[in-house]
Amino acid sequence: MKHAHQNQCLDRTERNCSEDTAKKLSTIFLKYRKDKDDLLSILQDIQDEFGYLSEEAIHLLSKEIRISENEIYGVATFYAIFRFEKPAEHRITVCMGTACYVNGADKILDEAEQKLGIKTGQTTEDGKISIGHVFCNGCCGHAPVVVVDNEVSGGWTPTKLDKTIDKLKEGSP
Amino acid sequence: MNEAAWSGAKETWKALKDSERPVIYLGVASCGRAAGALAVKGAIQSQLKSRSIDARIVDVGCIGPCFMEPLVYIQLPGGPPVVYANVTVAEASRLVDEVIDGGAHITERAIGVLADAPMWGLPRFFDHPMLAPQVRLVLRNCGLIDPTSIEHYLAMDGYLGLKNALAKTPEQVIEEVAASGLRGRGGAGFSTGMKWKLCRDAPGDVKYLICNADEGNPGTFVNRTLLEGDPHAVLEGMVIAAYAIGASLGFIYIRHEYPLVREYIHKATLDMRRIGLLGDNIMDSGFDFDIQIRTGALAFVCGEETALMASVMGHRGMPKPRPPFPATSGLWGKPTNINNTETMGTVPLVLRMGGASYAKYGIKGSSGTKTFSLGGKVRNTGCIEVPMGTPLRNIVFDIGGGVAKGKSFKAVQTGGPSGGCVPSSLIDTGVDYEKLTNLGAIMGSGGLIVMDEDTCMVDMARYFLSFTQDESCGKCVPCRIGTKRMLEILERITQGEGDVDDILRLEGLCETINKGSLCGLGQTAPNPILTTLRYFRNEYDAHIIEKRCPARTCKALMRFEILAEKCTGCDDCRGICAPGAISGEPGIPHAIDQSKCTKCGVCQDVCPPKNSAVARMDNVDREADQ
Repeated sequence: MKHAHQNQCLDRTERNCSEDTAKKLSTIFLKYRKDKDDLLSILQDIQDEFGYLSEEAIHLLSKEIRISENEIYGVATFYAIFRFEKPAEHRITVCMGTACYVNGADKILDEAEQKLGIKTGQTTEDGKISIGHVFCNGCCGHAPVVVVDNEVSGGWTPTKLDKTIDKLKEGSP
Repeated sequence: MNEAAWSGAKETWKALKDSERPVIYLGVASCGRAAGALAVKGAIQSQLKSRSIDARIVDVGCIGPCFMEPLVYIQLPGGPPVVYANVTVAEASRLVDEVIDGGAHITERAIGVLADAPMWGLPRFFDHPMLAPQVRLVLRNCGLIDPTSIEHYLAMDGYLGLKNALAKTPEQVIEEVAASGLRGRGGAGFSTGMKWKLCRDAPGDVKYLICNADEGNPGTFVNRTLLEGDPHAVLEGMVIAAYAIGASLGFIYIRHEYPLVREYIHKATLDMRRIGLLGDNIMDSGFDFDIQIRTGALAFVCGEETALMASVMGHRGMPKPRPPFPATSGLWGKPTNINNTETMGTVPLVLRMGGASYAKYGIKGSSGTKTFSLGGKVRNTGCIEVPMGTPLRNIVFDIGGGVAKGKSFKAVQTGGPSGGCVPSSLIDTGVDYEKLTNLGAIMGSGGLIVMDEDTCMVDMARYFLSFTQDESCGKCVPCRIGTKRMLEILERITQGEGDVDDILRLEGLCETINKGSLCGLGQTAPNPILTTLRYFRNEYDAHIIEKRCPARTCKALMRFEILAEKCTGCDDCRGICAPGAISGEPGIPHAIDQSKCTKCGVCQDVCPPKNSAVARMDNVDREADQ
């Protein structure tokens, strides 16, 4: 049975894994020893490259460093940073650190949820905008802080976020 | 690496200070960037280009006063740098035109000079009320040098501490650090000298060193400020520590949210290898050591040393019972020494000035200085450094400038989710490890969040529990299930559904979780509840018995109302109300439909201060004091 399952996985990989993905992955693998101790760093590199950890990437990694996919998922799901689905085009992350919270970050997050009709951690149906929160970006002097895509900025209000969401929606599809 | 490296670096530094071209220093640490420093930099660059002006731009970290960012200091030939605060993109071209091209400072716009004495009617920048009371030892270079330049660090006598250390035996280095009285700046306050000795004395040929730069406490950014302002200080400390304990490999575990720190540390280690400060035979001493960078992946528990080690080894970051302690069995079962970033950053100073001289700062038992990140409802936000023993009052009211927006001070929260809230009645307490612990708060890694009358202390406890519950790794039952139950109780209370037995349930859970949890995360998780119960019991009672939130913050127990006698019908609030809960015609007092109101508070924010017509009310119709 085990053997059959492995074959199935290989088939799937051959079917799904584009040449480009395989090439990018092998470049990442080359940086490391084939060692369990490098697992976290390799996963971080894969996410940096692809934006998330796809099933096929984890499958190829499993074959490469000879660790079961279960074990890889065990490590990956422990850390909040890892995503397992393609990220939204735009990501709004509201900082919920203490300084931001006492300065009204929860109201900003509420605004995002109401405006987009989704909850924290979810993505709009069209895959365009996701909202999330993080516990502190370390820019507490400018609280409340919001990260739009990768840009951290301070002094946010619900109104400012409302306008930003409108702009993101209008942006190119 | 020889004497010429320092003399060459000092010449480079002097050439910068004596530059015949104007020099523009830009504070581009993460906090500066969050305030728009990169946009200001871009505007300055394009204006310089369009006017064909030859000027030099030097990126620096943050001096500390984040509320003044973006900070730009301009040095005209022959003069000291002049500091301009809160520079906007629109102003950038004016600075280029009038100051750099015009050759004269705009003294009414500048806030100080970086010089030994006042000049042109401008005060010394370091005489600013936020900066004057500080004693900057570990942060001494932050915001003044280019963090990506090893030459700048060498010009500030960088790596002289390492040179002194390598001239001593490892045992003598440990004695020097022990004599300084330096205690761990990560919060636990364990003697650094003692920690090193334990690892030094542990049997084993291979030993490891870890610098914990996983600054995960929400509301804390002291390590970021140091690493983005003066990364070599921390790395020098690591090399000294490695020499003292006999480690051949070190890891710096950097928080995921700090990409700039990773960039700077990577650059710094390359420079160190280039001039022989890392690798084989460091400074021709025969000592070999190298540093690898590891990145965190958003797991607060990895600040705990055994969990951190698991993460460095690529595993799930779950803590383990101690003993064995890392000093005897750490990374891959080998003796391992773990120090906090600020501790590492302090070590070079101790070796440079001598342990006894360092011990003169601070107070008996808690020597030296401590950095704090000052945030929340305080006027002057930023990263500060004060001698141990400095009263909280001086920090909040002198350095911090008091509570923002004219509100009244309620409490200051120290130590993040593991710490507690110190009420105004105890504000004269000095900051040292023991005094803060006695109050039920802790020193922690340096977060100080100021809270005003609008902060509900029950809600703060709920907030911190939501954090610890989210971050609990789930390994031990008291923490995994206990924090969940405590959070549920606090949620009930803040929603007005608490009952009188909830306090007893909370107290019982606090004791069980404190005593029964495996690691520091669980053991300290009850602290925010215990201190708020101790100092703000009246707020719990008000929520439970009167179903009232005295701060009018808990949404279920408050509402917004427009006071008809104050409302002029300016209509500012009606258009901006997202759920459309406000009705009324221009010129006629408006009203809020409570069934539609989401209590976002935007109407109160936009109501002109001269009207102040939007009031927060509790459920017995008492208006919040404005």
